[in-house]
Amino acid sequence: MAQAATAIEQDVMVTVDGTPLKVSLARSLRRNKLKALLLVLPLFLFILVTFFIPIVDMLFRSVENQIVGTVLHRTVPLLAQWDERSGELPDETLFAALAEDFKEATAAKTSGRVGRRLNYEKPGFSGLFRKTGRKVKTIEPPYREAFIKIDKKWGDLDIWRLIKRESAAFTIAYYVSAMDLSYGDSNEIIRKDENNRIYLKLFWRTLWMSLFITFMCLVLAYPISYLLSTLSVATSNLLLILVLLPFWTSLLVRTSAWIALLQQEGIINDLLVWVGVVANDDRLQMIHNRTGTIVAMIHILLPFMVLPLYSVMKTIPPSYLRAARSLGANQFTAFVRVYMPNTVSGIGAGCILVFILAIGYYITPALVGGQSGTLISNFIAHHMSISLNWGLAAALGSILLAVVLVLYFVYDKIVGIDNMKLG
Amino acid sequence: MASDNKHYVQFVKVQKSYDGEILVVKELNLDIERGEFLTMLGPSGSGKTTCLMMLAGFETATHGEIVLDGEPINNVPPHKRNIGMVFQNYALFPHMTVAENLAFPLEVRNMGKPEIEKRVSDVLNLVQLGEFGNRRPAQLSGGQQQRVAVARSLVFEPKLILMDEPLGALDKQLREQMQYEIKHIHDNLGVTSVYVTHDQSEALTMSNRIAVFNDGVIQQLASPEALYEEPDNAFVAQFIGENNTLVGDIKEASNGVCKVEVNGIVIDALPVNIGAVGGKSTLSLRPERVTVAPEPGSCPNIVDANVEELIYLGDHIRTRISVLGHDDFIVKVPNSSSHAQLKPGHPVKVGWHARDCRALDAPAAA
Amino acid sequence: MKHPKFNLLTSATIAAAIGFGAASTAYAETELVVVSWGGAYSASQQKAYHEPYMAANPGVKIINDDSASDGLAKLRAMNEAGNVTWALVDMTASNAMLACDEGIALEIDHDTSLAPAPDGTPASKDFGDMIVSPCFIPQIVYSTTFGYRTDLAKVPPTSIADVFDLEKIPGKRSLEKKPINNMEWALLADGVSGDDVYNELSTPEGVDRAFAKLDTIKDQVVWWEVGAQPAQLLSDGEVVIASSYNGRLFSAIEEEKQPIAMMWDWQMLDLDGWVVPKGGPHHDVVMTYLTWATDTQRLADQAKFISYGPARKSSAPMVGKHAELGIDMGPHMPTDPKNAKNTLLTGFEFWADNADDLTERFQAWLSQ
Repeated sequence: MAQAATAIEQDVMVTVDGTPLKVSLARSLRRNKLKALLLVLPLFLFILVTFFIPIVDMLFRSVENQIVGTVLHRTVPLLAQWDERSGELPDETLFAALAEDFKEATAAKTSGRVGRRLNYEKPGFSGLFRKTGRKVKTIEPPYREAFIKIDKKWGDLDIWRLIKRESAAFTIAYYVSAMDLSYGDSNEIIRKDENNRIYLKLFWRTLWMSLFITFMCLVLAYPISYLLSTLSVATSNLLLILVLLPFWTSLLVRTSAWIALLQQEGIINDLLVWVGVVANDDRLQMIHNRTGTIVAMIHILLPFMVLPLYSVMKTIPPSYLRAARSLGANQFTAFVRVYMPNTVSGIGAGCILVFILAIGYYITPALVGGQSGTLISNFIAHHMSISLNWGLAAALGSILLAVVLVLYFVYDKIVGIDNMKLG
Repeated sequence: MASDNKHYVQFVKVQKSYDGEILVVKELNLDIERGEFLTMLGPSGSGKTTCLMMLAGFETATHGEIVLDGEPINNVPPHKRNIGMVFQNYALFPHMTVAENLAFPLEVRNMGKPEIEKRVSDVLNLVQLGEFGNRRPAQLSGGQQQRVAVARSLVFEPKLILMDEPLGALDKQLREQMQYEIKHIHDNLGVTSVYVTHDQSEALTMSNRIAVFNDGVIQQLASPEALYEEPDNAFVAQFIGENNTLVGDIKEASNGVCKVEVNGIVIDALPVNIGAVGGKSTLSLRPERVTVAPEPGSCPNIVDANVEELIYLGDHIRTRISVLGHDDFIVKVPNSSSHAQLKPGHPVKVGWHARDCRALDAPAAA
Repeated sequence: MKHPKFNLLTSATIAAAIGFGAASTAYAETELVVVSWGGAYSASQQKAYHEPYMAANPGVKIINDDSASDGLAKLRAMNEAGNVTWALVDMTASNAMLACDEGIALEIDHDTSLAPAPDGTPASKDFGDMIVSPCFIPQIVYSTTFGYRTDLAKVPPTSIADVFDLEKIPGKRSLEKKPINNMEWALLADGVSGDDVYNELSTPEGVDRAFAKLDTIKDQVVWWEVGAQPAQLLSDGEVVIASSYNGRLFSAIEEEKQPIAMMWDWQMLDLDGWVVPKGGPHHDVVMTYLTWATDTQRLADQAKFISYGPARKSSAPMVGKHAELGIDMGPHMPTDPKNAKNTLLTGFEFWADNADDLTERFQAWLSQ
């Protein structure tokens, strides 16, 4: 009996004043939790505002398409009832609604935006909407004839099919375009005309160039990091500064230096001509092409590989190699079977870091890439700042994000993200 | 060509310098017997680890020759020496399981798979870790990791096992337990072992012979008993066990007894390692060999002393007295009724035999 | 005075308040952020427009912002965020059209908002067909034309066909990495007349024809993207001939004394001017400034500092000498009769419709 009573008491432990122990413990821990939360909060908010929300915004923009339906709000419902396979133009009521919409849009200066939006799908819409907007003030019924008189394109069935297709609030048209696809005559998805296929090629190039740059960084960084990790602290710090020097130099200065080195009238070509390896009128093209991009990017990204490798290698005691040697392994076997497996976490961290930076790199390829060295990011930038086709830019960005996530997932399956060590 | 058992490992006039200015090992000559457990004992910087590393092949001797089983090994790379080694922090490979760690030396020797499995399981049983083959080193306790490290150094049946302070990372109780285990393994397998430590009790417990290193030189090479009872010089006497030293001038030396004047009083001592009459000598006296309040005439040396401090240690009283101008003289008084007369500040007489008082070399100039 | 102390205090306070009020009125400045291209171009605006205006109107402070190269994108972002801080933005005519279509630039009534010519001609007549968009206030005419190395070219090029002639002019050439201008030149070099260029380009066959002509020199072309590049490529001897803005070539030839000469045949004329952002600050101040800064004298003054032609017809006779070099600017203007034998005005309407599609095709062509 006494034992049973003790057991029950033990079930609900209480403090001296009778509060259950768990309650009391939770209370004392709450302060710590609150403190921890407050410490995390600024960073969390920062990431939310500068990272998470922009990504959501990008994903939203890549499918957002409200402009057509909002501006042509009288026309679009009527257009839904129009049978695009009938081979006939929409009826007069729809044209009347279009005239109303246009008058309203011209006053609100929104018709040009619809024209721009539809111009991404088919060249000519911009001009059509501008021209129509100028003349719509004086339009008189019958509206169908009047519109066709303003521009005969209004009598083109393709125009109407396209407006109908893009009148929904959300569209996949940007993704269609980003995948080098387009819509055929009856709105089926087909491959773009060969002369206009560009993005898949760029995605592919971006991918393999990033992988190649990552691999080259690894090959170059591994021996350096090993050397750094075996030297005395003073010497290795000095060498580390040399490795980090690119970080502290302006990107433009670095890139200009590469141009001075690699261009056809540059130092390396001069040297090669002087030695007689290449002829003076047959100088090597090493910049403004793929070679230039790869060389300059490896130089810039190398520290991101060296640092994680170095920090991991520094923690590997030299006794591992000695132990392997004393156990009968020659230097090579000892290195490959004992040393290298212990650096996998650094290799993984460095490779992921360099690859993700490389796949989104923008300035260097823009400056030294020429036409064969430009990457997908340069096109995203083009659509962001030159063509203002933000929907397409968002779609390209989203695809890039998806590619990175897929690779990240594959990496996790093969190596395991837990194994990653950044320092 | 196999050597005789007496000279299984030989250091012949070995010298080592790292910077070309200072010799960290000065002309070392050492013979290790086959099957022997030899410990290199000394303070840090005494050259003992350097000797071990030269034997393992990770350091090269600047001068002299190292011979293993009749063959000079100076130019043999470490992986061809067939010497097992246990490192200070075990150096178990963290990316391999225990069994893989143990199989590693066998795999690099291109041994067949069934043979490897048999040997690994045998050696795991030897160190009582039969169940742990599939664990990673990080999942084992310190003592278990230590056993794996020992097992790994044994599994390929090396000619020699080297251990570099292998118990340094363990707590005191585990360290003592592991000392016995390593000793038992050695006794069972009879493999020649060279052990490096700075812990004298470890050395005394495990070794057949101990080489005491100081300042790049072997000070004394002897069995544990001989080292304690019969130290050759002041350093060894001081380094091994507890010791009282009295410094004085040699007055007379003849027939196995010498007279040394300490602070105006002449002491009879056993001449072990002394210079000419008139020179200085260090007298070494173990605390347990000093008698408090001896019967007059019972021993040749009876002097006046003053009790300074008493420390009660259960089985004995550790008593600090001042005698002959030295106030750090320690005497161990058995916990019997006789200690009742000892009180701090009171005078007392102490005495000892001439054979327990060893006259050694002069103290260093410093 | 019953309460002299009180009165004294009160009057002192009032006096101080008035004093501060006066001071703050005297120093209250309306800050106008004016966005332009930076470098020599902004400097010419600073000297011809901003400095004289600020000297005459102490209440206005004009701040230069050099982000015109991505002005359109930034303006759109400001507009979306509902916080437009720019007062005026310098844009090319085609971007001004885009901005107008987007509804982020204000439409202007040129006759009521801008000053007439000295002889009374209304602004819309004085600017003429340079007003390519109701949002656009033209400022300069610039041309994209060719410069060549006098020491490296085998013979001096004289026509657009020579640019595409690898035998007559061997060596690398540099063109801008976009279809605009290059497509026109390809057709002109292929024998299409100036009047027919855009009609031809509007057909798929015409586009194919232009690309086929560009194909003939493709592997000898270094593509430039930033305005400073072609002059640099010429100075470095990396290319023999390069398309460039005439103002940049003027600097390289006259200011840096490089061995470069102009080839004006079929120069592509383009316009640059102001747009007023919709929802921008200080609307009335901006319009007052704009009226003054685009009058006949001001446009003529700008030509003292940079070799771009004033957009008003009435300014042309007033163009004088370069303010620092003392050279007669007339012969360096794209509009000089000697230089303007063959010119083509960029087809803004055409490119507004086709730039997206042709840029895509041009990039695909480049990567083939």
